[in-house]
Amino acid sequence: MTADIHSLSGAYAVDALDDAERADFERHLEACAECRAEVASLRETAAELGAVTQTAPPPSLRSAVLAEARTVRPLPPVTRTVVPLRRRPAAWVAGLAAAALLVVGGLVWSPWQHETGPGTRVVAQRVLDATDAQRITGSVSGSSATVVRSPSLGRAVLVADHLPTPSAGKEYQLWLDFPGRGMVSAGLVPVGSGTHLTYLLTGDAAKATAAGITLEPEGGSKAPTTEPLALFAF
Amino acid sequence: MVVPVPSERSGDGATTRLVAGGRDPSALVALLRSCARGDEDAFAQLYDAVSGRLYGLVLRVVRDPAQSEEVAQEAFIHIWQHSARYDPDKGSPLAWMLTIAHRKAVDRVRSAQAASERDSRFGSTNQDRSFDQTVEKVESRLDAQRVHRALDSLTDTQRGAVELAYLGGYTHTEVAALLDVPLGTAKTRIRDGLIRLRDTLGVST
Repeated sequence: MTADIHSLSGAYAVDALDDAERADFERHLEACAECRAEVASLRETAAELGAVTQTAPPPSLRSAVLAEARTVRPLPPVTRTVVPLRRRPAAWVAGLAAAALLVVGGLVWSPWQHETGPGTRVVAQRVLDATDAQRITGSVSGSSATVVRSPSLGRAVLVADHLPTPSAGKEYQLWLDFPGRGMVSAGLVPVGSGTHLTYLLTGDAAKATAAGITLEPEGGSKAPTTEPLALFAF
Repeated sequence: MVVPVPSERSGDGATTRLVAGGRDPSALVALLRSCARGDEDAFAQLYDAVSGRLYGLVLRVVRDPAQSEEVAQEAFIHIWQHSARYDPDKGSPLAWMLTIAHRKAVDRVRSAQAASERDSRFGSTNQDRSFDQTVEKVESRLDAQRVHRALDSLTDTQRGAVELAYLGGYTHTEVAALLDVPLGTAKTRIRDGLIRLRDTLGVST
């Protein structure tokens, strides 16, 4: 896959990749100027094809579009979205880039394994009850979420109520930010886990400096591919 | 620089041909800049300049006219809302707008596909055929002729792969299955076909 990832440029330029392939290729694009240039030129080419499908839309579309535009405020020329958080660890951004580079660099990724079974619940409860439990609350897509970390137990738990159901083909993925290593997957939040969620993050939370949550294509990603919905700095 | 003149409705021939042909992207760039500042008149002009291209592409992918209108409207509102984010260094305004519209069209057919609502007859019965004969074309015949000639320069298999992927909205995996070729072959044909078109059309970036 990595060897001939360049050859996906055409399919990418015409939206012929599925979500997971697109995420992989976009990570590749960040590091490959040649592919970026090729994709740009192929998109220009695809746009030319529109000359043969030109069709006048019904007049009603014009009035509908202009009427709706009147009610929509154009966004300012800023590329970064505001992350709802009290403190934003600068390490996240560096971590994001580092993680992307690691993957692009071809290092083998060991997929995380989420622990299941009754033991998980016991450990999660112990974290919540720990005397050194640290609670950081943030907002995920408008609903409140709290990450509880116990440095002595080395684990963290996400507690959330009414997390909005992700759109089709997407899943919430949790991350821990480690100094020098960047963002490491801490597990996928199971879909349909009910209105109340208590989720034990995978990984040594004692060494992590932050936790984050992103929306990823189903099955999860090796590194975050989207801006975090929320960050929780420890 | 030629600034497009607003027409009564969509599809003023001269304007569409001039601007939408991509020969004068600076007019579209100027309109997008004005849109970013909330200029509704500029947006109306932009609509008139590109609506035939944008709606035609969406209709070709989605096929259902009612749904195509919805998707085209979503795309136009996205363009209005994100006009400040358009970066001329990354491509022409037309390609930027059509990329947005195409992505939305593809998202629509793929989610409909998941709900088994999609008419997929095109892929199985029509794969080597040319573009939809029933589509009502507006002006810009010269551009269309140029593109048709470029398409004719492709091998049949390249052309089939490019058409299914871009105009059919299929993934390269689906294209491979529809054309009954290995997966790697489909993606290579899409890419080779696009590169050949690019070189034939003299597209520059």
